[in-house]
This record gives sequence, structure tokens and C-alpha cells, in this order.
Amino acid sequence: MNILETVGINNYIMLSALLFCIGAFGLLYRRNAIIMFMSIEIMLNAVNLLLVAFSSYHEDPSGQVFVFFTMAVAAAEVAVGLAILVSVFRNIGNIDIDNLKNLKG
Amino acid sequence: MLLYVFYILSAITLGTAFLTVISKNAIHSAIYLVVCFFSLAGHYLLFNAQFLAVVHIIVYAGAIMVLLLFTLMLMNLNNEDETSKPLYTKFAAVISAGLLCLVLIAALRKALPENIEYVNSGTDFQSIKVLGKVLLNEYAVPFEFASVLLLVSMIGAVLISKKEEKI
Repeated sequence: MNILETVGINNYIMLSALLFCIGAFGLLYRRNAIIMFMSIEIMLNAVNLLLVAFSSYHEDPSGQVFVFFTMAVAAAEVAVGLAILVSVFRNIGNIDIDNLKNLKG
Repeated sequence: MLLYVFYILSAITLGTAFLTVISKNAIHSAIYLVVCFFSLAGHYLLFNAQFLAVVHIIVYAGAIMVLLLFTLMLMNLNNEDETSKPLYTKFAAVISAGLLCLVLIAALRKALPENIEYVNSGTDFQSIKVLGKVLLNEYAVPFEFASVLLLVSMIGAVLISKKEEKI
């Protein structure tokens, strides 16, 4: 049986929107770069959840294939981002993004 | 029954996501994020997408969180390292996130159709067999490019985080 018949797509849309907003809030609220990465992961996961919900709604496997691609891109993004953070930490001693303002002019 | 499972899982997802964002200690944030990812895998299981749930646990709770925790422990940050921001930036962050939430929910509430029919034709559309066929037939080119992306990001990560030699 389909979960959408009991829960409904509306609930999933609202859950996804709330999760995305929590991720955006974390991105704006925190200055620690690693926590900001975690917030980006939360936002990506909100979108993934909605893709799976609509894939199930339309009975179309393409949505789930897009989720795989999103996961691949998220993994690549985290790997490169953390490498940049390690490099930043080695140069200035912390990862507070307020210190990264050399381009401000 | 399934509705209650959905509500409990959603509460865990939203609660742990919020705790991830607001907890002071970065290690605690990472642990909460792992719980959040597991509850999202539970959502995928509710959709009967078993393969996706397993891949989600392996990639997110396994690979990405281990990478994040490893970096956190490598940096050995203390709580005092995070400088306290002025109050007005926090206030602005709360206001803008609240407005985003308001706009998204208001727009999505109005955009929902009145009566939605759920088709349940019983066809198999999310088993590993079908997903593999779709991935390697329709989406073969993006699949190959994803492998190139992973290779390039791996080389780039090694190159960036390598110690620079003095010239």
C-alpha cells in the first residue's frame, strides 16, 4: 500500500518546507563553518525528501535517480569544502567565517 | 497507525535538525545530525524505497558524518572559539528565516490542489532492478559525469588539504 494514501502529500510538502527553513536559519544564524555545512546538508535533505515523495506520488523512478545524483554532489561538496576548511584553519587558526574578509577591500 | 509513525518521525526530524543548528558544542550538533539522517531514512522506508534508505544511511550517516566528525576532532575547537556575534545580526537571522518560512508555507498552502487522487497501480517502480535500469539507460550520461565529479573532487580535496611546501 502507498504511504501517501494515509499521510497525504500535503504533510510531506510542509515537512520539507519546515526542514528547509531550519537549514536556512542555521546558515544565517551560526558563524562556525562546519555547522554551516551541516545546515547545507539539512537543506539538501529537505529537497531529497520532497523528490522521493513526488516520485512516489507519480510512481516514477526518475525522482529517486535524481536523489542519487544529489547525494553524489553532496558528498563531493562536503569533501572539497572540508578540505578548504582544513586549509583555512591551518592558515588563520580558527574557522570563524567573520575572519575571512580579505576580499572586502 | 502509519500516520502516527509519520508524525513521530517528523517530530524527530525537525527537532534534531533544530538542535543541530542551535547547540553550542559542534560535536553535539554532529550527533544530532546523525539522528536526523536516520529519521529521514525512516521516511524513505515509509515510502517503501528500501534501496534509497540504505544508500542514504551509508552515504550520509556513514561517509559524510564521519568526514565531518573527523574534521571537527582534527581542529579541536573549544566553545570559546566561536566569537559571540552582535545581537542585531542574530535578530536579523531569526527575522529573515522566519519570513522565509512564512512565505514558503503560505505559498505552498495556496498552491495545493483541492482534491488529490493517489494512483496505486501496483506497478514496481522503486526496486533496485527498476532503478538500476533507469539509471543506466535514461540517465547514463549524468551517471558517468557523476563519477568524473567524484574523481575530480577527490583529487581536489587531496590537493587543497596537502601541506604547502615553502618556496
